Amino acid sequence: MKRGSGEDIQPTQGPPKAKCEIAIIGGGVMGLGIAYQLAKRGIKDVVVLERGYLAQGASGRNGGGVRMQWSTEQNVRLMQQSIELCKSFAQEIGVNVWFRQGGYLFLAKLERERAIMERNVELQNRCGVPTRMMTPEEAGALVPELDIKKIVCACYNPKDGVLFPWPFLWGYAHQALKRGVEVHLFTNVDAITRDGGGFKLTTSKGEVRAKRVINAAGAWSPEVARMLGVELPNKPHRHEILSTEPLKPFLTPMVSVLSSGLYFSQSMRGEIVTGITVEDHAQGIQMGSRLKFLTTLAREMVSLVPRFADLKVLRQWAGPYDVSPDGHPILGEPPGVPGFYLACGFVGHGFMMAPIIAQLYAEWLAGGHKHEVFDRCRLQRFAEGKIEKESMILG
Amino acid sequence: MSNKAIICRCEDVTLSDVQHTISLGYKSIEEVKRYTGLGTGPCEGKECMVHCARMVALANGGDESVVLPFTSRPPVQPVPLAIFARGEEE
Repeated sequence: MKRGSGEDIQPTQGPPKAKCEIAIIGGGVMGLGIAYQLAKRGIKDVVVLERGYLAQGASGRNGGGVRMQWSTEQNVRLMQQSIELCKSFAQEIGVNVWFRQGGYLFLAKLERERAIMERNVELQNRCGVPTRMMTPEEAGALVPELDIKKIVCACYNPKDGVLFPWPFLWGYAHQALKRGVEVHLFTNVDAITRDGGGFKLTTSKGEVRAKRVINAAGAWSPEVARMLGVELPNKPHRHEILSTEPLKPFLTPMVSVLSSGLYFSQSMRGEIVTGITVEDHAQGIQMGSRLKFLTTLAREMVSLVPRFADLKVLRQWAGPYDVSPDGHPILGEPPGVPGFYLACGFVGHGFMMAPIIAQLYAEWLAGGHKHEVFDRCRLQRFAEGKIEKESMILG
Repeated sequence: MSNKAIICRCEDVTLSDVQHTISLGYKSIEEVKRYTGLGTGPCEGKECMVHCARMVALANGGDESVVLPFTSRPPVQPVPLAIFARGEEE
């Protein structure tokens, strides 16, 4: 099984160059995606600084779900475009990301969730997403292994899907490198200072001056912003996930339960990849695994899909969500620090949103159209109280 | 030259696959795991890690001190969900 892109190109060796147009902090899907999109538009004087290896942070630890089913129009419309980009990603980038549109099936266990679901389906339909309400019997016809006595209704969008996150990163990185972008791994940013009209970044591999800096450090983004005196309201939050032994392909959609946050899908390798919401009061970035996650998930899963009782868990791991107070990302320049751009606060959905956000960001930074998402998702909205909460947050 | 000797039997990762990954500059076990899928099958690295470690050490000039194993993921052996479903909260 080949996961890489097969391109013989190495991440940049040695210290970063002394000066660049744009420095991107964070070599996850967001940072690398923006780097690739900038390079594609001719802005190649870009340096990506990643503190670990590719896929070390949340970009390498998520379940690979991509969906258009959201509760706010902005997210529905952005994700319609992101999924279109996922469809053409393999061809454009030259790497197989195992993208499969099996749909997302959301299940409601409580009668009061029906109205929320109907409202969301109506919004999605208005945006052109073919989501439809389903009876328990219809959901059971789609996934016969479900115990449909446990649910009151469901909704399904056949255009949602899953992909394998890792090769996405290799693909973006290799295409950016090929166009002259520097991608430095195992390179920590220790300090950032204002330097004339730009910035000076002190890294573990030397100094680099940049006219503009992008903070795409995910759960680490508040630490990065603090180096420039900017306080972000987002907080890291541990989310756990597990993978089972591989089974013959049988499960078409990603299945998710609204009330518990349980989700499960079958990867192209045959494994069931699944997670659930579990409270976590630990502070800071935590990546340890807990038995409580296994027992919470197993109880909900076996109750909903009794045949999974004998399914064996292979491994569990955790990744850090970068949680913003309203469930929407934090983008654009914070007040008082022009040239410093935020691309963070994606609340566990950064991977699926990265293809479109990276494209829109690069368009804007290259002097083109500034999409309204950059005004709507400004940091200032929290101080101004202009917030619209996203409720379709899972895992 | 392609060497199809299997390093990771769970995921069919060959000697050439690992050599190619290292040649791209990914010289740690975590990176070889991410790039090839080595160690992500049912044995969770119990068979393949030592071979990978030796190749990674060679790629780092024989310096074994820089070779760190990838994080071992629970459970130690594959365990049916039903066992956990009967378990206590903590």
